[in-house]
Amino acid sequence: MKEEVEYSGVHPKKFSLWLLLLGILMLFAGLTSAYIVRRGDGNWFDFPIPTVFLYSTLIVLLSSLSMWFAYRSAQKDELGNVKLGLVITIILAIAFTLSQYWGWTVMEEEGLYFVNPKEGEKVSASFLIAIAAIHLVHILAGIIFLISTYIKTLNAKVHKKNLLSIDMCNTYWHFVGLLWVYLYLFLYFAPDF
Amino acid sequence: MSTATAHAHTEDHHHHEESFISKYVFSMDHKMISKQFLITGIIMGVIGMAMSIAFRLQLAYPETSFPILEWLFGSKWAPDGHLDAGYYMALVTMHGTIMVFYVLTAGLSGTFANLLLPLQVGARDMASPFMNMLSYWLFLLSSLVLLSSLFVETGPASGGWTIYPPLSALPKAMPGSGMGMTLWLVAIVLFIASSLLGGINYVSTVLNMRTKGMSMTRLPLTVWALMLTAVLGILSFPVLLGGGLLLLFDRGFGTSFYLSDIYLGSAGALEHTGGSPVLFQHLFWFLGHPEVYIIIMPALGITSEIIAVNSRKPIFGYTAMVISLLGIAFLSFIVWGHHMFITGMNPLLGAVFLVTTLIIAVPSAVKTFNYLATLWRGNIRFTNGMMFAIGLVSFFISGGLTGIFLGNAALDIQLHDTYFVVGHFHIVMGCAAIFGMIAGIYHWFPKMFGRMMNKPLGYIHFWLTFISAYLVFFPMHFMGLAGVPRRYYAFTLLPEYNVWADVNVLMTLAAILGGIAQIIFLYNFFSSIFIGEKATQNPWEANTLEWTTPVERIHGNWPGEIPTVYRWAYDYSNPAYEADFMPQNIPDEHSAEELFEKNTSVDPARKDSPVRETADFFTLLRNWFKPRTV
Repeated sequence: MKEEVEYSGVHPKKFSLWLLLLGILMLFAGLTSAYIVRRGDGNWFDFPIPTVFLYSTLIVLLSSLSMWFAYRSAQKDELGNVKLGLVITIILAIAFTLSQYWGWTVMEEEGLYFVNPKEGEKVSASFLIAIAAIHLVHILAGIIFLISTYIKTLNAKVHKKNLLSIDMCNTYWHFVGLLWVYLYLFLYFAPDF
Repeated sequence: MSTATAHAHTEDHHHHEESFISKYVFSMDHKMISKQFLITGIIMGVIGMAMSIAFRLQLAYPETSFPILEWLFGSKWAPDGHLDAGYYMALVTMHGTIMVFYVLTAGLSGTFANLLLPLQVGARDMASPFMNMLSYWLFLLSSLVLLSSLFVETGPASGGWTIYPPLSALPKAMPGSGMGMTLWLVAIVLFIASSLLGGINYVSTVLNMRTKGMSMTRLPLTVWALMLTAVLGILSFPVLLGGGLLLLFDRGFGTSFYLSDIYLGSAGALEHTGGSPVLFQHLFWFLGHPEVYIIIMPALGITSEIIAVNSRKPIFGYTAMVISLLGIAFLSFIVWGHHMFITGMNPLLGAVFLVTTLIIAVPSAVKTFNYLATLWRGNIRFTNGMMFAIGLVSFFISGGLTGIFLGNAALDIQLHDTYFVVGHFHIVMGCAAIFGMIAGIYHWFPKMFGRMMNKPLGYIHFWLTFISAYLVFFPMHFMGLAGVPRRYYAFTLLPEYNVWADVNVLMTLAAILGGIAQIIFLYNFFSSIFIGEKATQNPWEANTLEWTTPVERIHGNWPGEIPTVYRWAYDYSNPAYEADFMPQNIPDEHSAEELFEKNTSVDPARKDSPVRETADFFTLLRNWFKPRTV
């Protein structure tokens, strides 16, 4: 049954991943559009996004670098560096998760809760937390993806001639990282418009 | 002993025997998954239709007692044979949800995308058979969760299939907003997951797994339609998911995304404030409008194929058909506002949505005229599938024309939430899509089960369904023009609508007639699986690749090599050939030589270069549109 199938350049699994990312992109396009529409309605409390989220952004950018390092090393068959890159990425991903949580506690200290009874204008805070939390779910999925790729690396299943899994992991991780950068910039600049 | 078992295992493995479980239950074969989708969809369709007859009885005879309703729904929901008003709404909600999502989305594209995509593009299976299996099982789970809400104490969701807040966001708003609504939301989340897994698979299969020679311009129109349907699903369902998540936060945690100041009789003034229920409508209809094209486009694709095959003519305007599908797919994302003209929308924005909505008439008309031009002077074979395909064209025209009324913001102020809307969407989306689906079932039944369906019963099914559908839905337009509102349990307290009582009786009787017609279909469908006449290899003398596979189902579709494609799918009655059809896998004498020459000349520069596992996006884009040769 197994036969050589010639694909038009890209593996169907990786292509499927691209389609999934397109779906995720639409989810956040919908949420940020909802933010804009609701803000346009008035009765909206604008506040600057806490600086903690800037640290999140820097962490996620760094993790993209380490992921890139892991992927490059896999291409060059330097398996030790692949493991190192993946471990650093996982650590940075966990740091990102913690920094998000820290950001929400900072907001809480400023009286900006997820649930703001009787303060309808503070739905802006609910939006920020909801968007960040839904994004964080995708980061957590990414951590699972990273760990499974790391286990594959330990079993010597990731090397120069078997790049598919680390390639997909790489694509996903850059995507959720850049997605956060977009969300951060959006939430940073939205109050000024 | 352990050796004996091990031995038995190897024996098993050697014969490649599929156990009952792996063949019929947890199957990863796309043909079996398509049958699973179809039969689940049919069961959901029967339930949805039975519900509609129950509430049609209520509308026709609001004061008559029907003991059967009490027997069916129990004395709580139908005391003394009178349907409870809240339960009427629940039935309407469940009918809408079941028909829109479970029958016409999963049942239609799940069935035909699974069956036809690998067979018509020439692939062994889907890009990921496992994801495909998961897609079906999530769909089944979602169906069961939805149906289970019929049995909870407070009854199923009853705020309409569009689940507008606040009714959907406040569990205490009414009985149907409680557990029933929660189960509805869980079911839809599962449904979205199933639909995304399926859709991703369909698109990747078409774009990456076509056989040699199958360029995009040689694809049958069914494949184009099913693929674009999947793209619409991938782009629109996540937005509903986003909207649904915010709804869940409002429902579960007490945020105020959609909830404004509200006083509830049972709970007093609520703490929610500042939310915007219209925001939910935006998010919902951003899915909701593409969703109606997710429903109709597979039916249109199926119709294109069946009409061309049975007219023995090439489809008229293949390129125009593809471009109109692309046009409909694109426009479907920028028209959602026409569902919300009366939400206090800025008139300028309303005008924009009005214009984009009316532009959809252009690609739709292109499709309709192309169907008619294909039929024109063809050697028409009135098979059962063909009858239903022509029925689709009829419904698509009559329902499409009323869409032009509703797309006008000014007219919509009068017509919104009246029976005019109900008549419109049942004809253009309900009847047209279900006719496309049934056409597809009659046409591809031989491929699915290796047998033919009974033709005379098919004709009876067609005429009864066609006549009853028009009798049910056409009068609704007149009621709507007279202002009769939809979603009313009874009009007994509104004497001005008394004149419509007889019309309501007519519509209900027609609905029951339509129900009986479906019983004939069910008998025909299930009995033909076992006792139908054995199908031949290519019973309709069609060109597409699925008719080159053996009649008996095999895993992997083709026993030998996958056929190579040498022509487009619509070479019917070509004067150059003796037969009136020319399957896609048969080469022309001249082109065969050409292909052979190309095969022998290998570019020396590329000969030793290693196969690249990754390619950049633009190479991929170029390859899609390049005719592939051997």
